[in-house]
Amino acid sequence: MTFLQFAWSQRIEFGEKVLEHALLTGTAIAAAILVGVPVGILIARRPAWRGLALGVAGVLQTIPSVAMLALLMIPLGLGWPPAVTALVLYALLPIIVNTLAGINQVAPDILEAAEGLGFTARQRLWMVELPLASPVILAGIRTSAVIAVGIATLSALIGAGGLGEYIFRGLSTGNDRLILLGVAGASGMALALGAGIGQIERGLKRRLHL
Amino acid sequence: MIVIENASKTFDGGRTFAVDGISLTVRDGETLALLGSSGCGKTTTLKMINRLVEPTSGTILVDGRDITAGDRIALRRSIGYVFQGIGLMPHLNLARNVALPLRLRGVPPAPRRARARELLQLVDLPPDVYAGKYPAQVSGGQQQRVGVARALAGDPDYLLMDEPFGAVDALTRDRLQQELLALKARLRKTGIFVTHDIFEALTVADRIAVMHAGRIEQLGTAAEILSRPASDFVRELFGKPARQLQLFTDRTS
Repeated sequence: MTFLQFAWSQRIEFGEKVLEHALLTGTAIAAAILVGVPVGILIARRPAWRGLALGVAGVLQTIPSVAMLALLMIPLGLGWPPAVTALVLYALLPIIVNTLAGINQVAPDILEAAEGLGFTARQRLWMVELPLASPVILAGIRTSAVIAVGIATLSALIGAGGLGEYIFRGLSTGNDRLILLGVAGASGMALALGAGIGQIERGLKRRLHL
Repeated sequence: MIVIENASKTFDGGRTFAVDGISLTVRDGETLALLGSSGCGKTTTLKMINRLVEPTSGTILVDGRDITAGDRIALRRSIGYVFQGIGLMPHLNLARNVALPLRLRGVPPAPRRARARELLQLVDLPPDVYAGKYPAQVSGGQQQRVGVARALAGDPDYLLMDEPFGAVDALTRDRLQQELLALKARLRKTGIFVTHDIFEALTVADRIAVMHAGRIEQLGTAAEILSRPASDFVRELFGKPARQLQLFTDRTS
């Protein structure tokens, strides 16, 4: 049986695992956007808080993934809660950094005109800064999403499912094809996600005439 | 009427004067040019009037009201401003850029669009061609016209213009100045026009305030300044172009 035939024989379970993996990373990325974008906006407004926010998010990224899961299991137990939390913590930094960079790169001429025309701070944010920053923010989301898909394979270790299950099952039974199936699934998903979000970024830039 | 009384702006905790105790009055319907080289305080003076810069001391009255009395957002929306850097929104087409002041005031989309088309026509950018174009798709001179149209959108009584034709070539500049003169005659705005170009000041302004090192050296009509310069600085400033002009007319006649 070739690998492709093997993969085909696994298609139903493989589909389930892909779905689990996607839900896990999707939930985590959504949460990381909800936290990271406002934090990025906040530190763009208050430079004094920049060091703290970027420092914390930076340190979180340096914690090895297995250690992060182990740490989170202490308060959160097994399954989804620690798995999603770990992914959110890893995904924060690129989103915060890119939100800050995206807002900071808006040309001073444009900001002065907005202020001089009588935009309120909120109007300036929603009508000028966020639209012009959106492709850069999306690039941060893309980076986070690709990282999260990879790290999410470890979630299988703590019973949160996903494509990692193939990898760890393969490792414990010495079945190379299972490992390969998990790796191919996760890599394929990361590549597709990266390309897909990149496509949206380009479309957005075109629409915004940037 | 715009009245500035003894306004100053200092930086570095009072050591450096950007604007050093200037007073002037712009009469209703008049265009006053603030003329001076870069760093003389002309842009700072203009920015103080719509509170982009808050004066360190002194009083500024617009329409008889102290500008610090009310809300600065409301003040800015009541004054048309043409920015030195133009500052069009790159993600909005020209019609939407022109209509921005109306959008801020909550004017509904349909009358907003109609007014934007009218204004594009006014600055000689036929809306059928230009309304849907984006800032990056038109020339610098066309962008500056959109900047002027945007400043006029809310039909403000006051118009502040900071080197509005700074970024264009001499020929386009000349045309835009003529267009501005025509607009001025039709719209009767009270305006201040910042420029470093003597000929531009002579062309567009009813009166000229010559600024140097944060102070007004002389304020008067072109004829008054040319015939009775108040200081050596003013004499020098107007002397050189006058000599060049003389040279030019001698050669061509």
